[in-house]
Amino acid sequence: MSNNVPAGLRYTKEHEWIKVEGNVGYVGITDFAQHHLGDVVFVEVPAVGRVLKAHEQFGVVESVKTVSDLYTPVSGKVVEVNTELESAPETVNASPYDNGWIIKIELSNPAEVDALLDAAAYDAHTKEA
Amino acid sequence: MSTVALIFEKSTTGKRAITFPKCDVPEVTMETLIPAELLRQKPAALPEVSEIEAVRHFTQLSRRNHGVDVDFYPLGSCTMKYNPKVNEQVAKMPGVAFTHPLQPAETAQGNLKMLYTMEQWLCEVTGMDRMTFQPAAGAHGELTGILLIKAYHESRGDNDRRKVIVPDSAHGTNPATAAMAGFEVVSVKSNPDGTVDLASLKEVVGPDTAALMMTNPSTMGLFDPNAKEIAAIVHKAGGLVYYDGANTNAIMGYVRPGDMGFDVIHLNLHKTFSTPHGGGGPGSGPVGVKNILVPFLPVPVVEKQGEQFVWDWNRPQTIGKVHGHHGNFGVVARAYAYCLAYGPELKEVSEYAVLNANYIMAHLRKYYDLAFDRFCMHECVLSAKTLKNEVGVKTLDIAKRLLDEGVHPPTIYFPMIVEEALMVEPTETEDKATLDRFIDAMVRIYKEAKEDPERVKSAPHTTVVGRLDEALAARKPNLRYRAE
Amino acid sequence: MRYIPITQADKAAMLRDIGVSSTEELFAANIPADVRLPRPLNLPPALTEMEILTHVRDLTKANADLTEYTCFLGGGAYDHYIPSAVDTFLSRGEFLTAYTPYQPEISQGVLQVIYEYQSMVCELTGMDLSNASMYDGASAMAEAAGMVVAQTGRKKVVIAASVHPNFRRVVKTYMHGIGVEVIEAPLDHCELDLNKLEALITDEVAGFIVQQPNFLGHVEQVRAIEQMVHAKGGLYVVCADPISLALLEAPGNYGADIVVAEGQSLGNAPSFGGPYLGMMATREKFARRIPGRIVGGTVDTRGQRSFVLTLQAREQHIRREKATSNICSNQALNALAATVYLTLVGKEGLREVACLCAQKAHYAAAQIARLPGYKIACKSAFFKEFTVNCPQPVDQINRQLLGKRILGGIPSSVDYPHLNNAMTIAVTEKRTKAEIDALVAALGEVK
Repeated sequence: MSNNVPAGLRYTKEHEWIKVEGNVGYVGITDFAQHHLGDVVFVEVPAVGRVLKAHEQFGVVESVKTVSDLYTPVSGKVVEVNTELESAPETVNASPYDNGWIIKIELSNPAEVDALLDAAAYDAHTKEA
Repeated sequence: MSTVALIFEKSTTGKRAITFPKCDVPEVTMETLIPAELLRQKPAALPEVSEIEAVRHFTQLSRRNHGVDVDFYPLGSCTMKYNPKVNEQVAKMPGVAFTHPLQPAETAQGNLKMLYTMEQWLCEVTGMDRMTFQPAAGAHGELTGILLIKAYHESRGDNDRRKVIVPDSAHGTNPATAAMAGFEVVSVKSNPDGTVDLASLKEVVGPDTAALMMTNPSTMGLFDPNAKEIAAIVHKAGGLVYYDGANTNAIMGYVRPGDMGFDVIHLNLHKTFSTPHGGGGPGSGPVGVKNILVPFLPVPVVEKQGEQFVWDWNRPQTIGKVHGHHGNFGVVARAYAYCLAYGPELKEVSEYAVLNANYIMAHLRKYYDLAFDRFCMHECVLSAKTLKNEVGVKTLDIAKRLLDEGVHPPTIYFPMIVEEALMVEPTETEDKATLDRFIDAMVRIYKEAKEDPERVKSAPHTTVVGRLDEALAARKPNLRYRAE
Repeated sequence: MRYIPITQADKAAMLRDIGVSSTEELFAANIPADVRLPRPLNLPPALTEMEILTHVRDLTKANADLTEYTCFLGGGAYDHYIPSAVDTFLSRGEFLTAYTPYQPEISQGVLQVIYEYQSMVCELTGMDLSNASMYDGASAMAEAAGMVVAQTGRKKVVIAASVHPNFRRVVKTYMHGIGVEVIEAPLDHCELDLNKLEALITDEVAGFIVQQPNFLGHVEQVRAIEQMVHAKGGLYVVCADPISLALLEAPGNYGADIVVAEGQSLGNAPSFGGPYLGMMATREKFARRIPGRIVGGTVDTRGQRSFVLTLQAREQHIRREKATSNICSNQALNALAATVYLTLVGKEGLREVACLCAQKAHYAAAQIARLPGYKIACKSAFFKEFTVNCPQPVDQINRQLLGKRILGGIPSSVDYPHLNNAMTIAVTEKRTKAEIDALVAALGEVK
């Protein structure tokens, strides 16, 4: 199985990724995660405006047989959620790093990003699993 | 058998199956009785069919369904034993079926005596002191039991006990129940055989422990020999122990949860005590308690005063009620008849349940992986792990291929601590030829998996419908009929 | 050895294959000696089928049952007519002895019945979706309370004091588990005091629960209440009498967020309180919060329409401690009874049943009101139950009625002390004019 782990992103052990652009970040789940979940049927997203602490649970990804909690890699405020997932949750499977982004968060403490895994470290982590 | 249309699709305006006698009291216009603003404007679009159309519809549907009465149903953890028909006769007797829950106790002495007697019998079987029949199912019994424990701690001012310990091999209802009762769930590690890891338990237990929930035998079908010690560890920390009685079919007459130190238990009458599953219910989940929890039992409680049976509502420490009335009395009546049929021979029920499971295990271990190499109790856990690694055939595929054999597959993917698990519980009510037929089918599928894996992976082939698109069902929920 | 078809010869062969000489070895390998029960179970000796039937028949002789006594008791359990064909299907082994439809390919029968049941519940209640049923109306109501708390995040629930007393007890028991306060909205005679209710509905209240018609039989001002509840951002839970929904407006059409009901009236015998049928329906926006099983339509690999349990990720076997509820089973057989019942009576028949109940109840009330010393407790409208003030303590009256093989109404003052010497009487479509007249005569004759 090819496990796509793009270089420019940062990752968590719980299989979320974050793409930082200035002081905002897009957050989603990795290719490894979507593969293990199977067909995603529903994504529960937080309300825009919700303030999160790093590693707090902010939502849920549901497949037919399993449910996974989503944890934010960084602290901040949710400024946008991917509404396309409401009608097309399968986007998370098809395009986990691109169209399948889940929330956009405004970072309150950008330094937290440094503590996250880089692509190589995350890749190694998935191989241990 | 092609698909059966929905009953709505068979409707024709104006048709009816049942009519009623004309109104024999002087009629008045409805608007004079009930204000217009409260009256229904548009009637509910219920079906409109004749009686024969209705009867054929439901008969055809029934023929698209498997039941214990049809063939083998070895669902692990569900105890799909034969449902005796005399129990149905009992449940239909006017004195059972046509009694009202609110009729005065003096007019229901037969029913109160039945509850009282059944309580005594089940306490004898389980080693507990008192029982309530209000919970309508196992999960309902679990909630009741945990609420009893909560009330006990609260009555002693012991308000910091916020945690319930649950083994990671446990059934999903256990942690869900603890959460519904406001507790935090703490997982304790199971050993590979599903028994509780004592070292892990000692680490996790403490002054914030309200209770431990466990089942014995475990969900692996293996008896935890340390049950007494586990209870002692939890008691020493000030917590209570809850016994999930789903697996009682393995132990009747051999060992009793009350003797193992459990403070509160639930039984599943629709498992161990032969009441029919009905397609998913109704069940009955009576809860048994030791004396320390008696004051908190739901009201009313059946008591005997002289020769009379009464409802006792005067219980100031009760947790209240968990059911609108007295629980699923019609189900309890069936279980009562079952107890009459066996008496002390209930021990043979467990004896043969365990014999049958071990017989299957002895034969299938030559082909499938054994989750644990030990004599099992009433159910055995196999695994398709090697098959999956070798030819990519998973437990799910094996289950679907079994459908072509006319047999309901075992429980799949449970317990979660075993990879590609298959949990087989034959029960004591199967004849040897049926067991052999199942074994042969499982062996045949194993061999087919090796020789022609695609045939197994694309099963079922002969059922009325093939595999269903569950992703579609969840993504685009279609949960009711809507007329075009 | 009643239902164990293994012969001694079979047993010997099986033990040989397992590699043991007795079943005792299998138990000894598992259970330590120090917990073993050292004696036989102390239970009465096994009976044959004939003896079982005789035993239970003798036992139940000590019961008054509804085939010999005329029933005017209601309170969530009613003596409605059950068409013969209902029982035909409760006895079919494919329905009776099946388990939860986890393997949909061989469970299309049960799955389609439940889909049809869900559809009928939606039609009756005017809501978007229904679950596959819950244990009974009371626990469904308690689960609805849990739902409104989970949805709003608020920790208070208000419930009308005119809701069935047992249902209120169950709600309180469940809510105590999750630390939610349950506040009772008081009555003005037989219905809610709307002024006091308004004061209780604050923005800390997750939802309000009302029963329509209420326990005393009378109708509540459900439209006015809806406005109060929604004005403060709470959710509106209505507990409806399913038979009444052929006559009274569907809660979905006056703004209910969740509808629950006790479905016993639909083809299920009174059975001393259970098994009954908890109905629950809600709006589409709450689809992922509703507890219990749900059946959905889909297609199979051959493109055929078929049915499957869906939205299972909410349930205990997957979500575990984060499940919407711990509920595992439903009341499938009772839901089947309801589905068959609603099919047999049909659209027109259910309305006919409801009208007959209403006409007969009103006739009974009018006749009783003419008796000296009796007075209908409230002026407000009612459906098939009503509350009567009596000239004597209700227990005494009921004892005398029993002598005439009549089961009189529920004594109201136990739970509603302000209604002195009152009883709540139920009249269903089964009560003939002769039976009603006999009740009236008996009430007139009490000493």
